[in-house]
Amino acid sequence: MAAAAVLRKNGTALRLRRGLVSVIGLLVFWEIGRRLHFPFLSAVPAPTEVIGSLDKIVGNSKFWNDWISSFSRVLSGFALAQLIGIPVGLLMAMSRTLRYLWFPPLEILRPIPPLAWVPTSIIFWPTTELSIIFVIFLGAFFTVVLNVLGGARAIDERLIRAARSFGSKPRDIFWRIVLPATLPSIITGMAVGMGVTWEVVVAAEMIAGKSGLGYFTWASYVGGNYPQIIIGMASIGIAGYVSSGAIRFLGKHATPWQQRI
Amino acid sequence: MTPVTATRALLEVKSLAKSFGLGPLHQQVLENCSFQLQPERLTVLIGPSGCGKSTVVNILAGYEAPDAGEVRLLGEPVSGPSADRLVVFQETALFPWMTTYQNVIYGPLVQRNKVRKDIEADAVALLEHVGLKDFKDKYPRQLSGGMQRRAELARAIINSPKLMILDEPFRGLDAMTRELMQEYFLKLYEGRKLSVFFVTSEIEEAIFLADQLLIMSNRPGQIIKTINVNLPRPRTADVLTSNEYLRYKDESLEVLHGEALKAFAGGSKAAADFLEAYADQKQN
Repeated sequence: MAAAAVLRKNGTALRLRRGLVSVIGLLVFWEIGRRLHFPFLSAVPAPTEVIGSLDKIVGNSKFWNDWISSFSRVLSGFALAQLIGIPVGLLMAMSRTLRYLWFPPLEILRPIPPLAWVPTSIIFWPTTELSIIFVIFLGAFFTVVLNVLGGARAIDERLIRAARSFGSKPRDIFWRIVLPATLPSIITGMAVGMGVTWEVVVAAEMIAGKSGLGYFTWASYVGGNYPQIIIGMASIGIAGYVSSGAIRFLGKHATPWQQRI
Repeated sequence: MTPVTATRALLEVKSLAKSFGLGPLHQQVLENCSFQLQPERLTVLIGPSGCGKSTVVNILAGYEAPDAGEVRLLGEPVSGPSADRLVVFQETALFPWMTTYQNVIYGPLVQRNKVRKDIEADAVALLEHVGLKDFKDKYPRQLSGGMQRRAELARAIINSPKLMILDEPFRGLDAMTRELMQEYFLKLYEGRKLSVFFVTSEIEEAIFLADQLLIMSNRPGQIIKTINVNLPRPRTADVLTSNEYLRYKDESLEVLHGEALKAFAGGSKAAADFLEAYADQKQN
């Protein structure tokens, strides 16, 4: 046990070190590329220039408000997608009638990129805020439904049989068997869905927003402030990384039986 | 004084028939299959592979309905799965998201007819009995194959089923673990007065465990021979070298040999292997 813990700790340290090395390596390459006028890279502000312009931004509460508005949009759209998508997926898995009824429209709507929904969404919803959240919701919704449906349909029949034999009521089958058995797929759906929501929020803000990291990045471009574009992009990257990290953490603790020893 | 009821069968199986598939794919799996199980006895069903043993299990458990015939448990017709008749399968069916302990208490928990404290005491005692006390908070995938099988036995036994059905429960375990499991299982059976229906394709295992041995024919499966095994209990591995044991083994092998000859004539490759092994054994 102790040996395993030490191994794991060393593993974590190693992972952190390697991750840091590759991120710093990337920054150094970029800096050199800018200074030596590599093709493409020569047009992009170097890390030192970006860092130099950071002080103007960090103290600016407007920049942090952009973080907050993007995050709150992502979280609302994402939460709605889970709240509606998980039950829809489970219902479709449990009832053949619902599956046959809902699957075709779902499969027709699914290939439509979330951004193609922006115009109708703006017409339909009373505020821009609501229409952006709706588009984010759509981005995650289909992924969530399909993952939950797939996971719940793949449950081992023997487990259900065993549960029935022991005298489970339908509610026991649902809460104690179907739901935990589907949990890993629910978490996969969350992780993939979270990635999609960040893609969608940024694009939606660029088209229709008056705030948010996507808007910030686009406004910096329009205003000709190139280092700020990079700050906007990096912020989006970091925000996405933090969000999927949170999902991974949550997933690990919600499904302890999937850990190896 | 109450009348003696010892002669009354626990479970009566009458003229079961079951077939699968249509047209050229039609397979008559069971035909006129009848037998009886006595209470607090261990009955072993043995037969060539593919003879329909698992179909019998599924019908007794209530997972499948027979085409004809009936199954009665204490006189009542059996319909659908119930905690009266619990099955332990050949592959583990432990719930992967529950610890060993949570798996064991699952049955009583959902039956909601006992207080939590009693259930917990029962479970702890049982886990101790099958040697899993130190593994009660582990998840199934953290257990070895033998431990999983023991956990599964405990999960079934805690419900005090009227009949426990085991479908080749020790298949896939290595020889050592398998022997150990047989001994564990005998201890449980002898200690708790269980009524057991045990399905296997291993003749040694069958005789070592059985009070009553049912030998099944090739498809369409029916019981062609019933042997009462009167080896002493509590039974230990010593019995395997006794003359009585060998006599039982010879007797059942002969019946199985006859079946294998028929199957071979019908084109079964598996039967050829059996015949070869049988010939070897006769020479030794």
